[in-house]
Amino acid sequence: MNRWVAYWNIMVKDMLTYYLKPPNISWGLIFPVAWTGMFFIKSGRGAESIPALLPGVMAVSILFGTTSMLAVTVTFEKKNRSFQRLLLAPVPLELLMLAKTSGAILFGSLNALVPVVLALFLADLSQVSWLTIFPAVVLIAMVSTFQGLFIAVSVSEVFEAQTFSNFFRFPMIFLCGLFFPIDALPIYLQPLSYLVPLTYGADILHGAIFQNNIMPLAVDFLVITFFCLALFYFSLKNIHKKWII
Amino acid sequence: MIPSEISSAENTPAPLIQVDQLTKRFDDVAAVDGISFDVQEGELFGFLGPNGAGKTTTINLLTGLARPDEGSIRVAGLSCTPNPKAAQKFIGVVPDESNLYPELTGFDNLCFCAALYGLRKKERRKRARELLDAFGLREAAHRKMAVYSKGMKRKLTIAAGIIHRPRILFLDEPTTGIDVGSARQLRQLVRKLHRAGTTIFLTTHYIEEAERLCERIAFIVKGRIVRTATIQDLLEPVQAKRSMLISVAQVPATLGAELSSAFKHLEIQTVSEGKVRVDSTESISLGPLVRFIEERGAVVTEARRLIPSLEEVFVQVTGIEAAAMRKEKGKRGPKK
Repeated sequence: MNRWVAYWNIMVKDMLTYYLKPPNISWGLIFPVAWTGMFFIKSGRGAESIPALLPGVMAVSILFGTTSMLAVTVTFEKKNRSFQRLLLAPVPLELLMLAKTSGAILFGSLNALVPVVLALFLADLSQVSWLTIFPAVVLIAMVSTFQGLFIAVSVSEVFEAQTFSNFFRFPMIFLCGLFFPIDALPIYLQPLSYLVPLTYGADILHGAIFQNNIMPLAVDFLVITFFCLALFYFSLKNIHKKWII
Repeated sequence: MIPSEISSAENTPAPLIQVDQLTKRFDDVAAVDGISFDVQEGELFGFLGPNGAGKTTTINLLTGLARPDEGSIRVAGLSCTPNPKAAQKFIGVVPDESNLYPELTGFDNLCFCAALYGLRKKERRKRARELLDAFGLREAAHRKMAVYSKGMKRKLTIAAGIIHRPRILFLDEPTTGIDVGSARQLRQLVRKLHRAGTTIFLTTHYIEEAERLCERIAFIVKGRIVRTATIQDLLEPVQAKRSMLISVAQVPATLGAELSSAFKHLEIQTVSEGKVRVDSTESISLGPLVRFIEERGAVVTEARRLIPSLEEVFVQVTGIEAAAMRKEKGKRGPKK
């Protein structure tokens, strides 16, 4: 039996059913444009300030693109019992959940490219290290998706998934150093920043665009990978504990 | 060694499902309490019991959706106790409520389910079309499942359960909540699948359904199996008995007692007001009974022979009155 047939079809089904729908596509386009516009107007500077906005807008696009849908769709499928159909398939749970999250990772990564494509037309991005940007985008998409998964498997109602997603997402945006440097945060909030996976993703993006990362990029990549593995592991553990009782 | 010397034990194939001392508790309540049974290849095995008896929990345990607290499960020769996913490729499951995707069409739902079992694109499309035809859903193939009727949804769920040609099909209350016509069609489909060689494990709280479809039945009550036997073996004791139900108007209060003392060779029972049940191991002569009743001023309005049914056996074995099962039917049963 080819398990990858199952993997591919779960991912394609989720992309077509949930992600590539007009409301999500329009959200994926409008959201980065609105954020860029908002910071651009607030900065009062010209097009040269756009690269400075890029890490923040990219990271926020990924974060919202991944977590908003995944947490809700998994909870929804659990509630209407179609998730049971997946649990009955002869596919290891790890591969099953990877398939379930791949759509969100891909969608989040595509969302990150929207501000990049816009910036290409408006500003000089010659200093950007694309070889660092692309793996960083995928890793940020993965960590955000697994965070959504962790929320989805910890709650039982769709509204709880939405509430918890926002509960984590909004503080993260302000703690991760994207819009306010971590050392400019109140001293008692700074340790919290280092507990947020997005901090390391934001640092990679800053490093790739301005070479002003505060931690070595290898450390950033390692820590964010560790967060991915830990969130995925605890999500699977939760599924075993709560859904296969 | 010549074939005749081979022992019968060696000749008997291993059961396709072997369950031994299976227990599942939810907090302090044992939903399944030390049950053991075997299902042979090609058999249509019924699990009959009232709601909350542990039927669905048993299916969940056998299909890997739940983990047992104690006991062992072997499916198709594979031990599923340490690894519930071990035998999932051999089994198809049709739950009591559809677990398909309402936002997908019937055709897409079947293709997706086939993909979960690794079927290639060409094969899954071919198989989906075959099943949609066989289940009379061809016209609705490209409509979203959300707009299907209950009967259509149930048919599609069964089609999804057999899309990968499983050796064992688990059917959980297949006709609950659907109309009489659809229920009849579904029972025909189940028979057809069984004739084609699929081993079927069917749970139901409809006694008549179990009697019509199954070869062997286990009665389950409060998580425990109280009897397992073939339909023939279960019916044998009641078939040896002759029974009649006499409906009487203007019944004197003492009629039951008077009948019992006058016809000592018969078992007389007043089952409800105006209804007297007569049982005997020999043939029952109706004439003397009717004369005796009418001499006491009552009027016999009807007398009919009771055909022995599984319902009686169920009541005898489990102590659960058929009326209680009917009440469940009223709540969840086929719509008239």
